[in-house]
Order: sequence, then C-alpha cells, then structure tokens
Amino acid sequence: MKASRAMFATALAAVAGLASVSPAWAAGAIGGEVQKQAVNPTAIVMFLIFVLMTLGITYWAARRTKSAKDFYTAGGGITGFQNGLAIAGDYMSAATLLGLTGLTFAKGYDGFVYSIAFLVGWPLILFLMAERLRNLGKYTFADITAYRLNQTKIRTLSACGSLSVVALYLIAQMVGAGKLIQLLFGLDYAYAVMLVGVLMIAYVTFGGMLATTWVQIIKACMLLGAGTFMAVMAMSQFGFSLETLAKKAVEVHPMHDAIMAPGSLLSKPVEAISLGLGLMFGTAGLPHILMRFFTVTDAKEARKSVVYSTGFIGYFFLVVGILGLSAIVIVGTDPQFLDADGKLRGGNNMAVMHLAKAVGGDLFLGFISAVAFATILAVVAGLALAGASAVSHDLYASVIKKGKADERTEIRVSKIATLAMGVLAVVLGILFEKQNIAFMVGLAFAIAASANFPVLILSMMWKGTTTRGALIGGFIGLLTALTLVITGPTVWVQVIGFKDALFPFEQPALFSMPVAFLAIWFFSVTDGSREADEEKAKFGAQFVRSQTGLGAESASSH
Amino acid sequence: MQEDAYARILANPRFLELTSKRSRFAWLLSAIMLVVFYGYVLVVAFRPDLLATKLHDGATLSVGVPIGAAIIVLAWLLTTLYVARANTEFERLNQQIIEELK
Repeated sequence: MKASRAMFATALAAVAGLASVSPAWAAGAIGGEVQKQAVNPTAIVMFLIFVLMTLGITYWAARRTKSAKDFYTAGGGITGFQNGLAIAGDYMSAATLLGLTGLTFAKGYDGFVYSIAFLVGWPLILFLMAERLRNLGKYTFADITAYRLNQTKIRTLSACGSLSVVALYLIAQMVGAGKLIQLLFGLDYAYAVMLVGVLMIAYVTFGGMLATTWVQIIKACMLLGAGTFMAVMAMSQFGFSLETLAKKAVEVHPMHDAIMAPGSLLSKPVEAISLGLGLMFGTAGLPHILMRFFTVTDAKEARKSVVYSTGFIGYFFLVVGILGLSAIVIVGTDPQFLDADGKLRGGNNMAVMHLAKAVGGDLFLGFISAVAFATILAVVAGLALAGASAVSHDLYASVIKKGKADERTEIRVSKIATLAMGVLAVVLGILFEKQNIAFMVGLAFAIAASANFPVLILSMMWKGTTTRGALIGGFIGLLTALTLVITGPTVWVQVIGFKDALFPFEQPALFSMPVAFLAIWFFSVTDGSREADEEKAKFGAQFVRSQTGLGAESASSH
Repeated sequence: MQEDAYARILANPRFLELTSKRSRFAWLLSAIMLVVFYGYVLVVAFRPDLLATKLHDGATLSVGVPIGAAIIVLAWLLTTLYVARANTEFERLNQQIIEELK
C-alpha cells in the first residue's frame, strides 16, 4: 500500500510537472539525497552556448520592449505558429522528458496513460476558452475575471490565485533545477539554484514577454529535435519495428508482459477521474499558460496556436513513449548504467539521459543535459513573468492605484516584483532542498482548477455571475483545494507523518471543483444588491466582445 | 459609441446565428473529447484487461498502444477541425456582423 502510494505520488509529480514543473519529477524520484556527479565539460559548454544565445535574444528583445504592452504581451504581435511552439515549450518540460520516460521505463503502459490525460485538456481549452481569452484579455487573466465585476475585489482574488500557483511552482522548479544540475553538470546545489535565479531575472526584467517567448520557442525546438533524433537512433536498433521493440522490452523487463497494459497506478477509479479533471482544468487555470493567449494578434491566431501546440505536444508524447520503451531494452540491460543492486544509476528518471549516452555518446548526453537545463530556465522565466504581472498589473495598477498608475511606474513595479520573486525563489529553493515537495505541484494544479478556472469560465459564460459569488466561491475553491491536499495522503501522511489521511484521496479536483462551482452559483443567485444587477446588465457587452473581438486589444504597431 | 455598437450587434440576427452555430460546434467537439477520454479512463480503471488484448495472435503489442495513440491523434484532429471551421466560416460571419455596423 505504502509503496503504491509513493509510486503514485511520483507518477503524479512527474505528470503534473509536465505543465512546466521540471522539478516535479525530481521531487518524486530524486526526492532524497542526490549524488553529485563529476563535472561534465561537454554539457557545460553546450549549456553556455544556449545561455549566450538567449542573452543575445534578451538584448535584442530589450531594445524592442518599450511600453507596458511590449513587456506583458510582446506587443501582441506573436504569430499562431510561434505561440503554439511557446505553449508546447511550457508543456514539454524536463519533467515530461525525464519523468514520463522514467515512468514508462519503470511501469510501461501506465506512462502512456498519463501522457494522454495530460494532452486532452488542450482541445477543450481551444473549444471553450481560446477566442474568449484573446478577445477579452489584455495582460493578465484577471482582466477577464474583473471585466464586468468589481475590479478591486476580483483582481485581488485572481492575483492571490495566480501568485499561489506561481509560488508553489517556482519553489518546486528551483529545487528540481538544483538537483538536476547537480546530477548532470556536477555543480553545487546552491550555485545551481542561484544561477537559475539570476538568468531568470535577466530574461524577464530586460526582455519581458518577447525574450521569454523566444527562449521558450528555442527550447521547444531543441527538445523536439533532440527527442526525434534519439527516437530514430533507438528505433534503428530494432529495424524500426515497434513490435520487435515491444517483444524485446517484454523479455527483459521484470514485469514482463504486464508492461503492455494499464497497471496499478490508475486502478482506483475515483483517483483516475479526479486526476483527469485536475489535469484538464488545472491547465486552463495556470496563469503562465493563460497569458500566452494575450500575445497573439487576434482570435484567429489564438485558435491556430492551440492546433500547433496540441500537434507538437501530442507528437512529443508519442516520441516519449518510444524513448521509455527503448530505454527498457537499451539502458535496462547495460551494466554501465546500473548500480550494484541492478537499479538504474541516478533513479528511473535518468533513463532518458542514459539512453542519450547509449545512442549518441558523451557529446549527445551533453546536449540533452543542456536541453534539460534550458527547459527549466524557460519555464521559470514564464512563471516569473506571470507572477510579476499579477503584482504590477493587478495589485499595483488596478487595486492600489485604481487604474490610474502611469505606464512607466507600472513596468518598474513589475521589474522590481520579478527581482523580488527571483531572490525569494533562490532563498526558498535553498531552504527546501531537503524537504519533500512533491505535493506542491499537485497543490498548484488543484488551486488552478478549483479557484482560477471556475471564476474565469463562469465570468465569461454565465451572465448571473456576480462579484459576491465569484469572490466567495473563488476563495472557497482555493481553501477547499488547500485543505483537501493538506489532509490528503501526500501531505498528512508522507510529509507530516500522521498514520492515516483525513481525506482519503490524492487528487482533490473531483471534490473541490464542484464545491467552487456550487459556491459561485449559490452566492451569485442570492446576491440581490444593486451592483449585482449592474454587473448582470454588463454581460451583453462582454458577450459581444468575447464572441466578435470588437473592441479587443490589438497588436502594437512596431 | 462602443456600448451602442454592442447593443446593435446583440440585436443582429446574424450574431445569434454565429454564436449558436459556433457554440453548438464547440460543445459537440468537447463532448466527443470528454466521452472518448473518460471512456478510456474508465476502461483503464475497471477493465484494464481489455486494453491488454494482443493485437493479433503471437503479437507482443496490445490493442492499448494503438488506442492510446489514436486518442492523441484524435485530440489533434478535433482541434484542426474546429479551427478549419472557426477561422473560415465563422470568421466570415463575424466580419459581416462588424461590417454591418458601419
């Protein structure tokens, strides 16, 4: 029971991490002590090349980033194709590459089930949200939730939701980054965390959204290219026959034929459905994903970007499946990758790294290590920008200054917020080094699905939503998610150390989401205030704008 | 002026046509995705043995592999289907509505 629980947490961490939390996997699998490896010069040189390239882009972007619009949304001039790659970049993190191949390596088919659960949210985001987001949004998703509701209250709520998600993610990310770098490059944990922090601050404060987007695009291309290359090299050993590969994998894997079917991970229906809900709708409530929809020129491009991103992510997941299966045969039988007990060196999540070495030698291993590091950097930059926007655009400009802040001060606040967040992330990253942080990713997803998403979707789709309903419902959703995660098995038992969990499930979404929706509904329909009537009257205009794009933000001219 | 434009669009029958057509299409595609995915999740949870069935006698690959891949491809196909219609037919209708304001 305990073992299956731990495995479940690891798997969840791995998958939830896909969203962009590279450390999720690290949190689960490399949770304990990580052995510092020898310094890897090829990896360091490759990584330095990447850093120089991205700093060059940041310099280029800095010269083009003048207005607040440039800073928050890259001037709104990103094309659907570019944005599709950037979204895919946010999704295909080190967690995907390492965690999912590791999961497939250990459990076979279960890894594939997780990939699917993670992808299917995208079509829904397209059908129900993409064009509305683009037509109503400006810089943050609070622009939409507060569109016809009380600015001060709703922006405070949405900023709380954004900042909780960003903070949980950043910590998880930092810890994962430190451990990964230790493992791949042989750098000290503290230096690694500081390096990530400094680069993140540089990208965001100087280059804003333009630099953040291009760093993400370059990384996505590197990851897709490297994954494809590795899959082709691996498949060439099996005559490019999936059947041959599967036959060999079943032969050598300790679970044998069981790796070809769903196993223990998702055998509990409630957990499985709750996980599916959380992943699907959590994604639709992640601030750093939502803000990508404000960077494209219009609703048409917003829609196209989801087609591209779904295509790239889906393709990548298929490649990851092949990599995991190949690793079973190529890595799992090679003594140089195994320790004395026959376990994989560095843990199961190192499967793809060993595979890189096996099929492409030290040079390619260096390249893949650099890609993994680049992935973390790109993701933390996006998170930092989302957090900074919530502070400067929502809290400072709208709540404190009541919309009367001048643009230059707003940008300055945003840069100071980035700096503060960077410093905080480094400090917390170092403090949390030895802590069990696997729950943080799950919690971030739960909050996104139970607080951000219900308020966002109802404010756009349901005329009856009022400030009171959204505010109370949103906070109830947030608190329910928080409570269920804390009293659930992951925190109550594994982190705090109680014997039995008060709430029996790992995944809260199936319970916390309905609570949030019900609360928003209930406190809206019972709201008889004059403000409520005014807010409902404004729905017509909001609806027209969300559907036609009339009055929507346009791209800046340069 | 903006408020006036919004009111006129709301009263435009073409706008009703656009929103009802588009939302019907969007909900249909969403329903397909949800049914396929949660159907799959339920099979994974209750009858994993169905997915373990071999592709053919003597095969190692199970039917779960192509089924899983098919869900990924379906997710992508549905997005292209939606955008193919939204960026042409619906977008034309949308432009018309905005033109009629002038």
